[in-house]
Amino acid sequence: MGYSEKVMEHFVHPRNVGRIENADGVGRAGNPICGDIMAIYIKVNDDVITDIKFETFGCGAAIATSSMVTELVKGKTIEEALKITNRTVADALDGLPPIKMHCSLLAEDGVKAAIADYKKKQELKTKGKL
Amino acid sequence: MGRFIYLDHNATTTTDERVVGAMKPYFSKSYGNPSSIYKFAQEAREAVEIARAKVARILNAKTEEIVFTSGGTEADNFAIKGIAYANKERGNNIITSRIEHHAVLNTCKWLERQGFNVTYIGVDRYGIVDLDEIKSAITDKTVLITVMHANNEIGTIEPIEEIGKILQEINKQRITNNKPRIYFHTDAVQTVGKIPIDVNKLDVDLLSLSGHKFYGPKGVGALFVRKGTKIAPLLHGGHHERNKRAGTENVPGIVGLGITCEIAMEEQEEEGKRLKALRDGLEKAVVGKIDNVIINGHPEKRLAGTLNICLKYVEGESMLLNLDFEGIAASSGSACTSGSLEPSHVLLALGIPPEVAHGSLRFSLGRDNTEEDINRVMEVLPPIVEKLRAMSPFGKGREGGLRWDTQKR
Repeated sequence: MGYSEKVMEHFVHPRNVGRIENADGVGRAGNPICGDIMAIYIKVNDDVITDIKFETFGCGAAIATSSMVTELVKGKTIEEALKITNRTVADALDGLPPIKMHCSLLAEDGVKAAIADYKKKQELKTKGKL
Repeated sequence: MGRFIYLDHNATTTTDERVVGAMKPYFSKSYGNPSSIYKFAQEAREAVEIARAKVARILNAKTEEIVFTSGGTEADNFAIKGIAYANKERGNNIITSRIEHHAVLNTCKWLERQGFNVTYIGVDRYGIVDLDEIKSAITDKTVLITVMHANNEIGTIEPIEEIGKILQEINKQRITNNKPRIYFHTDAVQTVGKIPIDVNKLDVDLLSLSGHKFYGPKGVGALFVRKGTKIAPLLHGGHHERNKRAGTENVPGIVGLGITCEIAMEEQEEEGKRLKALRDGLEKAVVGKIDNVIINGHPEKRLAGTLNICLKYVEGESMLLNLDFEGIAASSGSACTSGSLEPSHVLLALGIPPEVAHGSLRFSLGRDNTEEDINRVMEVLPPIVEKLRAMSPFGKGREGGLRWDTQKR
């Protein structure tokens, strides 16, 4: 398939696999019909993403990008995390075959969806308090 | 990692050492051009004609009905385009199935862009073409029906003889009514050398075969063209192959193909039985050890060495990569392995949902495989599936897990 060593390393030993019960934000990206779907769970404390986990159904690149994006996001502030693009993820993996670039988009979308979900929940909480 | 286990024989096979040995003299010893007039070149010419007779024999065809090509893809292109163009004043309709190899499907799609009309016939859940649909698709404009003998992905063997009979009846009436006949082509790339073939019993006018699918060399194949068939050449040039295929003959390849056919005639029956026992053992073990498995293809009418399965909640490529780490070579119909975004058109035609089709695996067994190989697969596959399923957001009975049917389409 022409994967880099880094992609293979993350595929064989993916980081942060699993789910977080009572996550502060849950994001989903992709579509099983296209063969890739990802769920991202985040824990947020003082605007910092303190924990992140993923579950992915997909090819080698989908699993490796999921793993890499969780590494990149962990410990970052919401603002910093939102700056991570699919290009950042692909570069951190020493590149992806052209046909697999959409997998890195999945990672970016997954994180953004989880943050959006977190923000929505925060808003509801604040409104609830008012 | 144990020894390398090759389970992708529907993709290609090793070239038999006996075949390599027979080819050798034709590279740098008897290298003459078969079209040349001197004695030296006659050696090559004779070798080509001996090979042609051997290929004809495995099909029960006449020697002059065999045209050598560069492989299965060229044979399919030649058959379909050749019939379409040579008969276009008689009609422009071609009938084929939805599960053909891309060599047929993409040729048909290209012809559609050139103004031809193509009807695609559906299949049942086992991959068998609908004979009634074929019958009702035939029109006055139909010039060719092309249906594969066995499917490369799922191994289902199509009712070619039955289609041949239907066509014979229709052609009888056509001839009485002074109408042109409908030609019948079958892509037999997956069956030649594996099951007995008789072009007269199958009642086909054209049949494609490829050397490297049954222990012959790559880069050589043949098209059987029944005597009297009106066909245009694909390649124009010199007067080779009775004006049907220009280009200096691939003499070593052709010699190799001849020997390959000879060996297959001798060994295919015995080998078929052996492979079926191995394949059935693997199938039983997979179903017994892994849950949420679907077996694809016809339960009986199937190539002896082919096992195609769908493993729910996991994706094909990630399984193939993990199998590769264990030294096991197999294939999948997932989008990621096809180089497109769509999963296998064959699995979709069976009515399998796309998300399940992405989790397909094909094991195609061959000559070197033993029971030990099957045991090794069953040792490594269940933990691979388990590991990937644990990573997947889908899963049976998992509280809060995603469900296939709730996904947006």
